[in-house]
Order: sequence, then structure tokens, then C-alpha cells
Amino acid sequence: MRRKTLKVPGLLALALVAAACAPNATQDSLQPAGPYAEKAYDLFVPVFWVAAAIFVVVEGALVLFVWKYRHRKGREGIPPQVHGNTRLEIAWTILPAIILAGVAVPTVTTIFDLAREPEGQVLNVDVLGHQWWWEFDYPEEGINTANELHIPTGRPVYLRLCAVGLGYGGQVAPSECQPGPPDGAVPAVVGDSVIHSFWVPELAGTQDVIPGRTNFMVLQADEPGVYTGQCKEFCGLSHTFMRFQVIAHTPEGFDAWVTGQQQPAAMPAAGTPAAAGAEIFSGQCIACHAIDGLQDANGEPVVGSNGGPNLTHFAAQECFAGCMLEINDDNLRRWLDDPPSVKAGSWMPDYNLSPEQIDQLVAYLNTLR
Amino acid sequence: MASVSVLAERSRGLLARPTATTGFWSWITTVDHKKIGILYGVTAMFFALVGGTEALLIRLQLAQPDQNLLSPSAYNELFTMHGITMVFFVVMPLSAAFFNYLIPLMIGARDVAFPRLNAFSYWAFLLGGIFIYSSWFLGGAPNGGWFGYAPNAVVDPTRGMTFYAIGLLIAGIASTVSAVNLAVTVINMRAPGMTLFRMPVFVWMGLVVQLLLAFSLPIITVGLVELLFDRRFGTHFFDPSAGGDPLLWQHLFWLFGHPEVYILILPAMGIVSEILPVFARKPLFGYQFVVFSGIAIGFIGFGVWAHHMFAVGLGPVANTAFGISTMIIAVPTGVKIFNWLGTLWNGDIRFTTPMLFSIGFIAMFVIGGLSGVTHAVVPSDYQQTDTYYIVAHFHYVLFGGAMFGLLGGLYYWWPKVFGRMLNERWGKVQFWTILVGFNLAFGPMHVLGLQGMPRRIQSYPESLGLTFWNLVSTIGAFIIALGVLVFLVNAVRSFRQPREMVADPWDARTLEWATSSPPPDHNFDEIPVVHGLDEVWHRKYAETEGGRVVPVPAGGSGESEHGDAHGIHLPGPSYYPFVASLGLPLAGYGLIFNWWLVAAGLVVTLTALYGWVLEPSAE
Repeated sequence: MRRKTLKVPGLLALALVAAACAPNATQDSLQPAGPYAEKAYDLFVPVFWVAAAIFVVVEGALVLFVWKYRHRKGREGIPPQVHGNTRLEIAWTILPAIILAGVAVPTVTTIFDLAREPEGQVLNVDVLGHQWWWEFDYPEEGINTANELHIPTGRPVYLRLCAVGLGYGGQVAPSECQPGPPDGAVPAVVGDSVIHSFWVPELAGTQDVIPGRTNFMVLQADEPGVYTGQCKEFCGLSHTFMRFQVIAHTPEGFDAWVTGQQQPAAMPAAGTPAAAGAEIFSGQCIACHAIDGLQDANGEPVVGSNGGPNLTHFAAQECFAGCMLEINDDNLRRWLDDPPSVKAGSWMPDYNLSPEQIDQLVAYLNTLR
Repeated sequence: MASVSVLAERSRGLLARPTATTGFWSWITTVDHKKIGILYGVTAMFFALVGGTEALLIRLQLAQPDQNLLSPSAYNELFTMHGITMVFFVVMPLSAAFFNYLIPLMIGARDVAFPRLNAFSYWAFLLGGIFIYSSWFLGGAPNGGWFGYAPNAVVDPTRGMTFYAIGLLIAGIASTVSAVNLAVTVINMRAPGMTLFRMPVFVWMGLVVQLLLAFSLPIITVGLVELLFDRRFGTHFFDPSAGGDPLLWQHLFWLFGHPEVYILILPAMGIVSEILPVFARKPLFGYQFVVFSGIAIGFIGFGVWAHHMFAVGLGPVANTAFGISTMIIAVPTGVKIFNWLGTLWNGDIRFTTPMLFSIGFIAMFVIGGLSGVTHAVVPSDYQQTDTYYIVAHFHYVLFGGAMFGLLGGLYYWWPKVFGRMLNERWGKVQFWTILVGFNLAFGPMHVLGLQGMPRRIQSYPESLGLTFWNLVSTIGAFIIALGVLVFLVNAVRSFRQPREMVADPWDARTLEWATSSPPPDHNFDEIPVVHGLDEVWHRKYAETEGGRVVPVPAGGSGESEHGDAHGIHLPGPSYYPFVASLGLPLAGYGLIFNWWLVAAGLVVTLTALYGWVLEPSAE
């Protein structure tokens, strides 16, 4: 009888632990997919079990004492008035200190390990946190993407993180990784310069992105795949919708991607709705966006700006608006109609485009592969 | 000398000394620490209902993925106000309620050192809360988080964060004044024989908390003033484009904010240290060690603040230092837990409601403490920081810890304060309801955080696979609400019984139980003379030569105070504390809307202080 009563909660607890972790979680720090995330995970797991052991001992003692020394009917008198025991006090001061020292050693070595600049075949990427989207700039490759960070597997990616935006006096907040506008364009900085935090749990821990500071972190993926991440530090109205994806390619796949990204966009054939869309784009959207390869009617290049995402390969992406929305015609129409009504606080204003203009713009954007 | 007395004579006309002892005006003008304690308690419980409602709305919004019950802007206001409310207007004032009511009784004093200042603290706190809440009707509530990180808190176009800065400054004045008052009370007002090491642990924790407040509030005050200046006067303290630094705010905030965590938890630790011995019928195990570990926590608590900032890029050396200091603070915390276990060991444990909450406190606090140690493991914290894992952790500390302790304290001292018991059966129903609801609400958040859910997000996509535990958590939150409802019913019911309470219904150990329930205005007919720790217990029980504990034949537990003593001087009630506090929110509105109001507020407060200083003593 007694054994049975012990068995039931025991089994229940086991079932709970097994069921606790959702198997379908897709942004999961418990499923590290690269050496840098593994370092954090390899520290968390043993510490978790140490904590679990202490939990069992302390809560076990609590339950045991509460049960064993409960008041029983008919018990007379008052228990002996024990005031303490110095030896015990010393023991339970020193013992936890020793356990913690044991935890501290691997903690400290890993802190310094993670702070080291990676060596060898490193890919350098600048990560720029905007309100509320991510810009990824590849200075050596000359590539600029929004909300999608493409990386090769098996290579450490060294990220330089900066916040972009205006200080509250309206001046541009200084930032080391400001890539600057396209040649010949007026720089356009949109949105407030606030703190963000870059987190893609399956590939690395968190690093804050702070106005006026430059932070660094390393991540690496072992296997090709899509790893999701999002801004972790509250950064204003649409903090929720500052998501991004890291897309890991095989090394060959990455090289192919780089080559593709380095190509300028082709102009749509004259007379098509897409060409009309390109014209609208050249008139209004270039105030904040740029498309490499965009030309006016005379074939002269139209220089865009860098306040919003560079859209040269927009249609090759999966998501936009801080990865709030999947790229498809419906979402694009909804967005172009009135961005702030879709994404609260969006710095892209409502341009009062007619349904026809919206269709033309969508047609043009769809050509940007 | 002569001119001073003339001035005193003439000042009599400013405002007559109030005389009401019952009714509305008696509460407005009271300087009695017991009435003020009750005011703090009732106000804190009201704010708890408000903050709890905010929590329920948040949980409703997160119950399912991709929901839009609350807009991002409403959601940001709600999580900000929930945090501000629970920290500054629930747990802190509820602790203040216990300190105010109990410290003078426990040390054998007739009141606190500065009774009118005590009243001023309460009114300033209340008006600070009302001020912040009025923002809902004046252009939007604070929406930058209770942590108010700059520059976001500065650039936000709504008025919310200005209300935040000013409201917390007002509440901070209240807390600072009260901290000094209570610290002086503990140091100077103890009864004869009440040496420091005969004080109940609750009083000790009270002293440590007041000192933490007195040293940490000035730091947040600097931060809040800078925030206010940045928002209203065009300064650039936190703006890097003009030479400011966003991290300055974080250092100031957390250098206050981490001691604040101990300001919230130490009172509950003190309460539990009082309740466990009474219902285990044994003295507290290792009294000195519990006291010294509390002092150690207070000191080390000032050296761990940057563990809130491991991801900001302070560098490996700073992260190492703060990781290790965070581990160190676990040691004195552990000492406390082991001593509570030692108190239970070989006891004769009665499962009253206060005891259940105290045992629940230990059980839940251990979980929060252990998850806290995992934050000290810096690289693992790089993953967990700003996720729901942290939300889980601090709710285990602040709800499973602080609130459980405070709820236990409510059940334990209710008969002392109101002369009526709370119903024990309902109390147990409440305990189990809250225990189950609490673990359902916050246990799953550990998993959610580890599996990729950041804090402060208004919604999450279904693809993240976080739906199930979010739903469980929401259900848990509503079970907690049920438990709170049980408490409200129990509280109301208690007032429908006649007031016929003995002085010492629990067979307790400390001085507050030596006087009647509720105590007379003057607390004790005669100031008690203290001979040792657990004074009241030793009046009732003696140890025989064989080491057995037997009741003292004279029956020392009888009511020794009757409340009919004459000739005891008590501080008279006064209008001034209330009037002086009125100027603060007035000036606060002025800073937002119209400079003339600032002048009006200053005039009100300064005039009241003038009248206060020269107020003649009551006849």
C-alpha cells in the first residue's frame, strides 16, 4: 500500500518531466545546433542536474520533517527547545559554497571562451537593429539583407552589433557599423535609436544591441536549415514583431547565394504592370529603400536610400516587416495599403496608394528575385 | 527663547489640531502606527486586485498564439503597470503594513519614532500610486516596462513614462521617509531589556530592509530625475548622439533594483521566521545565523546588480565578477532555508493556515532560489536572460516567496489586528488553491523560456510550438484568482463575527501577543521589561531541571493589558501630513501640464510643513 502511494507521484513526476518540453518547439535553446549554443547548453545541463539534486534533498527533507513531526492527537507536552547547532551551521555554509565553487570553474572558463574572437575562416557580418527590423550587412561581400541572415555551415560567423536610429535630439546616433547610404544618396535614418537584443537560441546566446556601443558575438550552425530568432530586449511598440531568420547553407550553397545576391535587379519589361510599379517605386519608395539596378526611363540608375530595407532581392526572401509577415501578394497588398495598421508604430507611413498602384508595386516586387 | 514661544502661541491658528478618534477624519489625521499599518495593508490589497487583473488580461492575451485581444500598445501598458503595481504598490506597502503595525509592538514601544512623518509616508505612497494610475485617463499609462530602459523610455511619444518617473519619485519620497523613521524606531525605541539580539527576526529583517531602502532609493532617484530631465527639459543623459550613455540608466536602475529584490523578500523571510517556531512549538533554529545571513544578504545584495546586464557587453571580467558574487549570495540564502528546516525538525507541527503558507514559502522559494543560481552561470544566462525562464524565476521568488510569506502573515496577525480570526477552513482552501494555481501558472514558464519565448511580447506565432504551456499558464492564473476570491470572502466574513479575541490565540512567542487583540491605542499599559529572546514564551513556559518544558503555574499567557491606563502621552492626530503630501502630486501634474501647478504644489507642501513644525501638542 505504502509503496503504491509512492509509485504514483513518482511516475507522475517522470511523465511530467518527459512531457514538459514541447517536442515541436522551433526556437529552442534546448536544441543547440552549433558549437556556440552548445557551450551554453553543456553548462546548463549539468547545473540543472545539480540544482535538481539539491531540490530533491531540500524539498525531501521539508516533506519528511513536515510529515514526521506533525502534531498527532494525544501528543502531550512541548518538544525540546533546541536553539541551534554551530557545527551544522558551519557545515551548511561551507557545503553549498563548495558546490558553487565547482559550478563557478566551468562558468568562468566558458565566459572567457565565448568572449574570444574566432579564428580561421570567419564570416564577418554587421547586425544593425532598427525599430523594428534587422539589417544584415556583409562588408566583404557587398551584400545587404533585411531580416534574413544567410550563413554557411561549419564556419564561425562573427557578428558586429549596432543599434541604428535617431537620438532624441533628432541627430543620428553614432554607430560603428553604419554601412552608409548607397553611393550618391542622402542618408535616411528612420526610427529611434533604442536598445535591441539579438537572439537565435539554437545557434548562440543573447547579445544586446545598444545605441552608441559596438558589441560582438559569434554563432555557427552545424547543419543547413532555418533557425528563427527575435529581438529580446523591449524596444517599443512593435518589439513583438522584430523577428528574423538565420538560414544556414552548405558552403557551396552559400557561395551560390552570395553570387546571386551580388547581381543587381533586372528592370521589368516596359509596358508591364511591374514596370509601372518600378516607376512608382522610383518616385516614392526610394526615400527610404534602395534597389540595386533600378533605372529611370532613360536608363540612368535611380539611387535609393538606406532608411528601410534594401529590396534588391526582396522576392527571394520568405518574410518581411521584421518577419511579422510571410511574403505573398495578399500580405503585400495589406501592408502597402497602410503599414501602421498592420504593424503598430511602423515607421513606414501610409502613402495613400490606389489599389491599382498597389497591384503594380506588388507585381514589381515579385520580380526582385 | 521667548520669541520661539511667542511664535508657537501664534501658530496655533493655522489649523486646529484634529480631535476625531473614529470615522473618516480619524483615518485622514491619524498618526497611530497601527491605523497607518492598516491603511497600508488595505491599500496594498486594493492595488493587488488591480495588478492581478492586469495579469489576468496579459494571460488571456497569451492563452493562444497570434491573438489580438489586446493591441501591442495596450499590452505594453499592461505589463508595465503590472510590474510597477506589484513591486511598488503591493509587495512593498504590504511589507510596510506589517512593519508599521508590528515593529513598535514587537519592541515594546508606544509608536514609531516620528508618528506624523509616518502618516506622511503613507499619504505620499498612496498619492504616488494614484498619480501613476491617473495616467490611464491623461494620455496613456507608462509603457516602457517597470525597468524603464532608456533611450526607449525617453523617446516614447506618450506621456506614460513621465508619469512613471514622477510617480516613482513620489513613492520614493514616501519609502525613504518611512525607512528612516522605522530604522530610528528600531534603534532608539526598544523597551528596557530589548537588546538587539533579543529582537524578533522579523524586526531584524525590518531593520535590514529600512537600511537597504535608505541606501538604494537615492540611486533610483538620481536615475528617475535624469529620466525626467531627458523627457521634459531636453537633457541627454541617456542619448549617445549627444554624449549620453544608455547603460548609465541600467547601472542606476539595477544598483537600486537588485537591493529592491531583497527589500521585497526579506520581510517575508522575517514573517516566516516568526511563524515557523510558533507552530512547530520550538524556538527558531540558529537565531543568530538567521539574523546574520539576513544582514549578509543585505550587504552582498548591493554587489550583484550587473547580473541583470550579462548580455549588454560589459566584458568577460565584469561578467565573471558579477556571476561569482551572484553565486555567493546563494550561500546566506541557503543558511536561512536550512535553519527553517532545523526549526521544523523534531517539532510538534500544527498545520494552521499561517503555517501552511510558511511551509509553502520554503518549498516555492527553494525553486526560485535554485533557478536564480542558474542565472549566475553566465553563459547559460545568455540564453535565459529576457525569456519567460526569468519571469518564472522571479515569480517563484516574489509570489511563491514574498506573497506566500505575506499571506501567511495576514492569517497569523489578523486576530491581533482585528480581534477576529480568519476562518481556518477557508484559509486552507485558499492555500491549496493558490499553491496549485501558482505552480500551474509559473512552473510552465520555465519551459517556455528555455524553449524560446522572450519576455514582453504581445503575441507569439503558432509555429514556435509554445501554445500548450501558455494555455496551462493562463488556466493557472485564473485558479490563483479563485484563491484570491476565497481570501476576500474570508476577510469579509471575519468582520461578521463578534470581536472577542484573547491576547494570544496561537500560543506565540513575541511581545505583540502580550497586549490585547486589537491592542489599545497606547499598545501597552506599562512598557514591558524584556528578559530574553521569545519574551512572551518564557513568561508562559519554563524548563524543568530535567530539560522538560512545562507551563508556568501562574499562567503568564493571560491578558495583562486592559487598555484603560491613564496619563500616557500619545502623539495627537494631525492634518499636516496629509496636506503636505497633497502638494507632491500637484507639483507632479505641474511638471507635465502647467508650471503654475508646480508652484501651487510647492506652496501647499511648504505651508503644511510650516504648520507641521509649529503645531502645538495636543492637550
